[in-house]
Amino acid sequence: MTAQSLVILLVFLATLLSVAYPLGIYLAKIGEGTPIRGLNWMKKTENFFYRLAGIPLDSEMEWKDYALALLVFNTLGALVVYAVQRLQAWLPLNPQALGNVSPDSSFNTAISFATNTNWQGYGGESTMSYLTQMLALTVQNFLSAATGMAVAYALVRGFKRHFAKSIGNFWHDVTRSTLYVLLPLSALFAVFLTSQGVIQNFSAYQEVNLVEPLSYQQAKTGPDGEPLTHAESNRMMESAIATTQVLPMGPVASQEAIKLLGTNGGGFFNANSAHPYANPTPLSNFVEMLSILLIPAALCFAFGRMVGDIRQGWAILGAMTVIFLTMTSIVLVAEQQAHPVLQALDVDQAPGELQPGGNMEGKEIRFGIGASALFAAVTTAASCGAVNAMHDSLTPLGGMVPMLLMQLGEVVFGGVGSGLYGMLIFSILAVFVAGLMIGRTPEYLGKKIQPFEMKMASMVILVTPLLVLGGTALAVMVDAGRAGILNPGAHGFSEILYAFSSAANNNGSAFAGLSANTPFYNILLAIAMWFGRFIPIVAVLAIAGSLAAKKRVEVTAGTLPTHGPLFIALLSGTVIVVGALTYLPALALGPVIEHLQLHALR
Amino acid sequence: MALFAILTIICGLLYPLTVTVIAHTLFTDKAEGSLVLRDGQPIGSLLIGQAFLSPKYFWGRPSATSPMPNNGASSGGSNLGPTNPAQIDAVRMRIEALKRADPGNIAPIPVDLVTASASGLDPEISIAAAYYQLERVARARNATIEEIRGMIARLGKARYLGFFGEPRVNVLALNLALDRAFARTGDADPR
Repeated sequence: MTAQSLVILLVFLATLLSVAYPLGIYLAKIGEGTPIRGLNWMKKTENFFYRLAGIPLDSEMEWKDYALALLVFNTLGALVVYAVQRLQAWLPLNPQALGNVSPDSSFNTAISFATNTNWQGYGGESTMSYLTQMLALTVQNFLSAATGMAVAYALVRGFKRHFAKSIGNFWHDVTRSTLYVLLPLSALFAVFLTSQGVIQNFSAYQEVNLVEPLSYQQAKTGPDGEPLTHAESNRMMESAIATTQVLPMGPVASQEAIKLLGTNGGGFFNANSAHPYANPTPLSNFVEMLSILLIPAALCFAFGRMVGDIRQGWAILGAMTVIFLTMTSIVLVAEQQAHPVLQALDVDQAPGELQPGGNMEGKEIRFGIGASALFAAVTTAASCGAVNAMHDSLTPLGGMVPMLLMQLGEVVFGGVGSGLYGMLIFSILAVFVAGLMIGRTPEYLGKKIQPFEMKMASMVILVTPLLVLGGTALAVMVDAGRAGILNPGAHGFSEILYAFSSAANNNGSAFAGLSANTPFYNILLAIAMWFGRFIPIVAVLAIAGSLAAKKRVEVTAGTLPTHGPLFIALLSGTVIVVGALTYLPALALGPVIEHLQLHALR
Repeated sequence: MALFAILTIICGLLYPLTVTVIAHTLFTDKAEGSLVLRDGQPIGSLLIGQAFLSPKYFWGRPSATSPMPNNGASSGGSNLGPTNPAQIDAVRMRIEALKRADPGNIAPIPVDLVTASASGLDPEISIAAAYYQLERVARARNATIEEIRGMIARLGKARYLGFFGEPRVNVLALNLALDRAFARTGDADPR
C-alpha cells in the first residue's frame, strides 16, 4: 500500500465519522417522531399526504401488520417498475426511441430495484428511457432505501419498548425517511455533482464530429443483423470508419445522488460510477464514497441515542470500522501489485509522482489505485454496488475482498437500514455465544434473548448463504449457467460466485464479464434477490415484535456489557467467523486458486 | 396505494425536475455535458475520451467498448481478468501499436497506456503516459520537446496536497491545444 492510499483511507474515515455524527442525531429524531424545530411546515405537508392517502395520523402496527404493509408496498413498487419498462416505447421522455425491455430483463430489474439490490443486467444508456430511469428506477432508489430505514427503526423500537404490542407505523416510517432524509440530502448531493460536471438534462444524445476520424474493425453482419461467421466460428471482420461520436445525455445527477445515498447502485450508465458523466473528478468521487456510507454510519449513532446509550451505537460502529479497515487495506495492497507478465513485457507499473502504477485494467486514471480500491471496498461493505472500477478486472485477492464483504451479510456499514438491522442480528448472535461461554441467559440492551429470537436470527444469517451457495452450485452445473462465463478457469467460477453473493445480499455490483442478461440468470438472480431481502426483513420484524412485548431486565454485575473493546472484538469476531466458515471453501475454488495461478504466470 | 402514488410523483418527477432547474441555473455548461466547441461546432466533450491513432496526437487510454473504441453510446470496460490469456494478448497488441508509431522509444510503457479504462471513455492519461509520447508528438509536429512539455505542464493536474486525485492530463484538451499552436500537419483537412 502506498502512503498516498493510506492517507486517503484515513481522511475518508475521519470525514465520514464527523459528518455522520450530527446526521445521527437528526435520524434519531426522525425515528422517534419528535418535532424538529423549523420544520413544522414539513410536518403539515406530511400530515396532508396521510390524509390524502387515508392513513390514520396516530395509529401503530403489530409486527405482522407492519411486515404485511411492507411487502405490499414493495410488491407494488416492483410491479410498477416492470410495467414502465414493458411500456416505455409508448411513453414520453424517450428521445432515443428505445424499445420495450424484454420480459425476463424487466422482471429481473423490477425485483432488483425493489429489493435495494440494483443489479444491472442491462446497459443503462442503451436500454432505459429517461422516463424509466426517473419514474421507475429513481423512485425505487428512494423507496427501497426508506424501507430499509423503516425496518431498522422498527427493530430499535423493539429494544426500546417494553410490554408493547406495536413496533411503529410502516407508512409513517417510509414517508418520514423519504421526505426528511433521503430527498433533501439527494437534492443537495445532486446539485454538488453537477458542479463537478455530472450531466442533468433531458436532451437527446448528441452526435459530435470527431477531431480525428477513427478506423476500426467490426463484425460483418448478414441481412438479419446477426454477425456472419466464417468456417470455425471466426467472425468475419470488415473495416469501418467513424467520423462522429455519440455523447449520452440525460437526468444523471438526480439519479446518481440517490443511487449512492440510498446504497442502491444501479447506474444511469452501463459503466456506472466509472462513467465520466457520472463521476467526473477526484472530488466527486470522494463525495460519492462518503454518501454511500453516510446514512449507514449515521444510523449507528441514531441507534445509540434511541436506546438511550450512545456507547451502544459506538460499539456497533466500532466493529464495522475494524472489519472495514482490515478489508480495505487488503484491496489497496492487492491492486498496487505489479502483474508478472506485464512486468516481463517492460510495462511500468511502479507508483510514483507521475502515475498511479499498479493494476490499471478496468480503472480510470483520475481515481488511480487508491480511490478505486477504496471505492470497491466501500461499495461492497455497504450494500451499494455502484462501481468506479470494473471489479471483474481486479486482481484475484483484490476481487476476493469485495466478494467476502458481501458474503459477510452486508453488515459492515451495510445498506441503508439493512446494515444496522443486520449487525444487530449479529449482536444477538454474539451475546448468545458469549452467554453459552459464561453460562448465563443472554441479554442484549435489557432484553432476554430466548429461543424465538435465536430461531429468527439464525434464519436471517442462514438464508443468504443458502441462496448464494445453492445458486452458484446450480449455475455451474447447467449449460445455461456456464454459458455466461467470460473469463476461463478459476476466474469464471468467481464470476458466478460473485453474482450470487451480490444478488442474495442485495449489493448489485458484478464481475460484469458474466453475461447475466439471459432468462436463466435474470430469473435465478431475481429469486435470490427477493428472498435474500424479504425473508431476513420479516424475521427481523418478528424479533422486533417479540422484543417489544418483553419486560426490561435490570443491569446486574453478571450482565455482559455490550459496549467497549471486548464486545467490539466479540462482535467483529462473530461476523468474520460465520462468514469465513460459510464461504472459505467456495473462495478457495475461485480467487485463491487464481491468485496462485497469476503468480505462476511468466 | 395513494401514498405510493404521491411518493412516486415527488421522487420520480418533482425531484429530478427541480434538480434540473437548479443545475441549469448554476452550472449550465456542465449540466449539458461540458461540450467543447471549435469553429462554433461541438467536437466532443472534455469528459468523454476520443480515440486518437496518428503519431501527431497524444493517444488516450485504450477502450474496450464495441463496436468501436470510445463509443459514448455504450460505456464499459473489458472485464477481462488478470489471468485471462485474452487480456495479456490485448496488452501485447497495444504495446506493439505504440512501438510501431515510435520505433526508437525504448522507455518502459506506463501501465495506463496499455490497459483499458473502466468506462471505455476515460478522457485523461497519467502524466507519465503523456511524457512517454512526448518525443513522438514533437517529431510529428516539428516542435521542440520543451514546447510540448510546457503544454503538458500547463494543462496537467498534480495530486492535490500530495494525496488527492492522480497526476493526469486531459487528452482532448491537450490535442486541441496542439492543433491550435501548430499547423495541422500531415493530412489534408477539409475544414
